[in-house]
Amino acid sequence: MNVNLPNPLLEAKAVAKHFGGVKALRDVSLTIRRGEIYGLIGPNGAGKTTFFNCMTGLYVPDGGGFTFDGAPLIADAPDKAAARGIARTFQNIRLFGNMTALENVMVGRHVRTKAGVLGAMFQNAATKAEEAAIRQKAIDLLHYVRIEERAGDLARNLSYGDQRRLEIARALATDPKLLCLDEPAAGMNATETEQLRDLIDGIRRDGTTILLIEHDVKLVMGLCDRVAVLDYGALVIEDVPAVVQKDQRVIEAYLGA
Amino acid sequence: MNFGRFFRSTVGIGLTAAILLALPFVAATGGQAWVRILDFAILYVFLALGLNIVVGLAGLLDLGYIAFYAVGAYTWALLASPHFGLHWPIWAILPLGAGLACFAGVLLGSPTLKLRGDYLAIVTLGFGEIVRIFLNNLNAPINVTNGPQGITLIDPVSFGAFKFSGTTQIFGFALSGPQKYYFLLVALAILVIIINIRLQNSRIGRAWQAIREDEIAAKAIGINTRNLKLLAFAMGASFGGVAGGIFSAMQGFVSPESFSLLESIMILAMVVLGGMGHIPGVILGAVLLTVLPEVLRYGVGPLQMAMFGKMLVDPESLRMLVFGLALVLVMRFKPAGLWPSPERQRELKETGK
Repeated sequence: MNVNLPNPLLEAKAVAKHFGGVKALRDVSLTIRRGEIYGLIGPNGAGKTTFFNCMTGLYVPDGGGFTFDGAPLIADAPDKAAARGIARTFQNIRLFGNMTALENVMVGRHVRTKAGVLGAMFQNAATKAEEAAIRQKAIDLLHYVRIEERAGDLARNLSYGDQRRLEIARALATDPKLLCLDEPAAGMNATETEQLRDLIDGIRRDGTTILLIEHDVKLVMGLCDRVAVLDYGALVIEDVPAVVQKDQRVIEAYLGA
Repeated sequence: MNFGRFFRSTVGIGLTAAILLALPFVAATGGQAWVRILDFAILYVFLALGLNIVVGLAGLLDLGYIAFYAVGAYTWALLASPHFGLHWPIWAILPLGAGLACFAGVLLGSPTLKLRGDYLAIVTLGFGEIVRIFLNNLNAPINVTNGPQGITLIDPVSFGAFKFSGTTQIFGFALSGPQKYYFLLVALAILVIIINIRLQNSRIGRAWQAIREDEIAAKAIGINTRNLKLLAFAMGASFGGVAGGIFSAMQGFVSPESFSLLESIMILAMVVLGGMGHIPGVILGAVLLTVLPEVLRYGVGPLQMAMFGKMLVDPESLRMLVFGLALVLVMRFKPAGLWPSPERQRELKETGK
């Protein structure tokens, strides 16, 4: 296991979580470096999403903890995790269905803006300027994920692939240091997956570190700098894709199956 | 036709203003009672728009909204009546009433933060009833609210020497009390409409809508759902408090009977029937549900007399019958409300519902 990697962004130390008798995570320790695409794979029920939820503050771990960007992450505070710079998408897309695509991304700016009720009521210059900046940033992000022509449509009426993109745009609106994608390619066809691959690669090139949970082994191995494999809640291996692919335990647990 | 653009055009504004100006004089030809009905219609617009912040924007199903109205009404009643011999001026009582209602909103909001939907509805319903029962029983050991008898001889709204009760001559026009209140209420309603529109399209308003749509996703992108829910309760309650104060002054009398569960349900029905979260829809809902029962009251009695020569159905029970039928029909044929937001309308058409 890599202990002292240079330039770590997120360090998980012996994270444990159990639901009743089920040990969903058994002392998982891993390190994500700045600027990399880090893959997290494993069979269904291996604990990938549980790990995700612990990290983003939706679950409180039963043991261990996270260090993010040089300071510990406080458990059970998703809004604070987002403020610190962790953004996420969900395995089963969670958009604000009755709001337009543009509004969805504009909500994403919430954590980086500060206008209050009084500002909204009196529409002072600072509030107006901030509102204009929010709108512009949201339009830019819709453009970035290439769904700008759907800006005025309700999120629920977007196609599946566009919804995935919108969720990524909303996450990017929070100016994340670490973008966590939970099975973004699930349910996508080959063309859509290819486009998603380009999008993720582009986001990384623009300076955001990415944690990718994915079932599509080809996508993960082609895209990620390093990959961690979870099985029965325990970390099997954490290494570059070439090594992971040849590891006997991984082949038994996952790839060969 | 695009109503939003119409109302923003010069012609639209002029026409709306002319109608609003003429309305109390037209209504007065049928007697001052109709002007009072108009007053109540606008008061309910005000209340419904306050509730719209909580239910329509933030998605918190509040069945105890009338409690904040009661807090505002009793604040005015106790501080401007012979009951305690206090006669505070409006600029002191109205903000105090709003503030107390706001405090009550936070008080109700904080223990219910983790509740959603039906569960929240039940707790808020209970809260509304608790407030009413308190008002009913706070006449002993110290007589605070005068119990079920209520408080009488409440001061009308007044600015200096200008009183809103009684008839005044202004520019050669004789303005009756209800007509003066009408203009005050219209001014307040316009204010609350502007606040609603501005909030809806603001950072805070979007965050409320995000919580309504998906609380977990809202948290995950950094929205402090606890504070924002409390803010929604507090804002909605403040509007209720102001409306209560005006109600108290306009009536000159309050008793716990005015703040029953049925009232809460009526205001919620205005929001839902009109079109939840859509401001023109909520206004329509409030006006319809205030004016229609009165039309029924004045119309059905004489109609029955003319047709059958005697009263077959009591207009009061007919009112609930028609109201129930209207609810069922709207839910069946216009599930998003009578005048839903344009996005909702388009969506319903697309899915062919």
